[in-house]
Amino acid sequence: MPDTYALNAAALDKLLPMHVIVDPERRIRHAGPTLIRMRTAGALLNRLFFDVFAIDCPGGVAMLKGRPCPCKGRMRLAFRAPPHTALRGQALALDGGAGVIVNLSFGIAVVDAVAEYGLTVGDFAVTDLAVDLLYLSEAKSAVTAELRRLNQRLQGARIAAEEQACTDTLTGLKNRRALDDVLSRLICARQPFGLMHLDLDHFKTVNDRLGHAAGDRALIHAAHVLLSETRERDVVARVGGDEFVLVFDGLTDPGTLERIAGRIIERLQEPIACADGTCRISASIGAALSAQYAQPDPDTILRDADRALYRSKRAGRARASFARPAP
Amino acid sequence: MHGLINRSIQAFVQETCGQEAWLAVAAQAGIGPEGFEPLLPYDDALTEAMLAAIARLRDRPREAVLEEIGGFLVVHPRFGMLRRLLRFGGETFVDFLRSLDEVEGRMRIVLPELESPRLELRQIGDNAFRLTCCWCLPGGCHVVSGALRAMAEDYGARVLVEPLGEQEDGASVLEIEVLKGRAAGGRNFKLAAP
Repeated sequence: MPDTYALNAAALDKLLPMHVIVDPERRIRHAGPTLIRMRTAGALLNRLFFDVFAIDCPGGVAMLKGRPCPCKGRMRLAFRAPPHTALRGQALALDGGAGVIVNLSFGIAVVDAVAEYGLTVGDFAVTDLAVDLLYLSEAKSAVTAELRRLNQRLQGARIAAEEQACTDTLTGLKNRRALDDVLSRLICARQPFGLMHLDLDHFKTVNDRLGHAAGDRALIHAAHVLLSETRERDVVARVGGDEFVLVFDGLTDPGTLERIAGRIIERLQEPIACADGTCRISASIGAALSAQYAQPDPDTILRDADRALYRSKRAGRARASFARPAP
Repeated sequence: MHGLINRSIQAFVQETCGQEAWLAVAAQAGIGPEGFEPLLPYDDALTEAMLAAIARLRDRPREAVLEEIGGFLVVHPRFGMLRRLLRFGGETFVDFLRSLDEVEGRMRIVLPELESPRLELRQIGDNAFRLTCCWCLPGGCHVVSGALRAMAEDYGARVLVEPLGEQEDGASVLEIEVLKGRAAGGRNFKLAAP
């Protein structure tokens, strides 16, 4: 086996489409077809290698100057003129002091380079894995996009299921479970709140005299009133047949709570259109403020509000009373 | 069968026959109206039931439906990604044919759980090839032949694809004759992602 083989330039272009031959004066004598495609022949041929490429490896520089290279000719380079595509290189001395051959590749930057220069399959050596890398990069993006969509669908389904688990089906208001969550969250965050326990007056009469459909209708109407008299950040929950609990986020003033209660009762007393004419209801309210407690706790506040509600009922209904926490 | 395969068949019905046809197919095959999640595995029996329902709906043999699905997956813009991935196989249709041996390996890197076809190409004449197709989807070679015809069109090549039936080992054989490697009318392909 001879230890030197002759290979003509055309064959070398096929084998290494991104190589350059640098003569002993360090001028580029030849450049592979892919490099020419990327930059034009005039931008490469007969130019000083160092004028075309910025090299960050002193060893590679030594080698191009004809001295032995400690890093075996490995180098990282970039074009000096824009676009400053980063390249990976390997320089080897040609026999007989004829100069140096430097073979270049893109490394992982191939994804951007292909777009930048509009390269095709034919611009890469048959053995180059660049095209496989591009293939994998696109396939990976497609699978990731699919996963993202799957996650969005699952997230949507989870939110809907949670919403459903926390919603009263008749009125669309929150249910007891949602109320418990809200109260523990507010207390945990040490966020003050006002609370009303509300019971509809004369609801049983409506149900008994006009039937369940009218009763349902009255409940939906009441829910509508409660939502329109509260803010977005407040919570309205239906916790029993005709019982509701309202939580007012950040509210600490008893006067405000009392005014809101008065308005709610007033609006609930307006006649409701039913199949057989109109029906009338009202409401009794027990109110409490978390600020009344040194260490607020949901059960105690709800119990005290409930007691206040019964005081309102005993005092003749259609009114609000305030809780009296145990000292 | 992997959700991606089932979802592709579902998309074929929805896009070519319409949503109502899909609802009918889904009901007959015992599939929910929303169909398949592309990345979850499903029982093979569901795929078979779905294909049987489509064959009844279109009043065509199962093989013809599979062939249609193969072509649809290459041509329809909704699956532009698949067409692109196949075009990575090479610059000409013959280069592409020669890359088919790598399809299974490539797919295994991307989605190891996907049952992809094992394809082996052998050249039997100047412009003639024999493709052996081994796939757990029964009759899957018809999907392959539909996709090959569509890819030929994509490259602007003129080809004949003829199914030769099954071998003793269960693999199917296709014979491919390339009449013209590069006729006019092929679609453009750029390596860079669009």
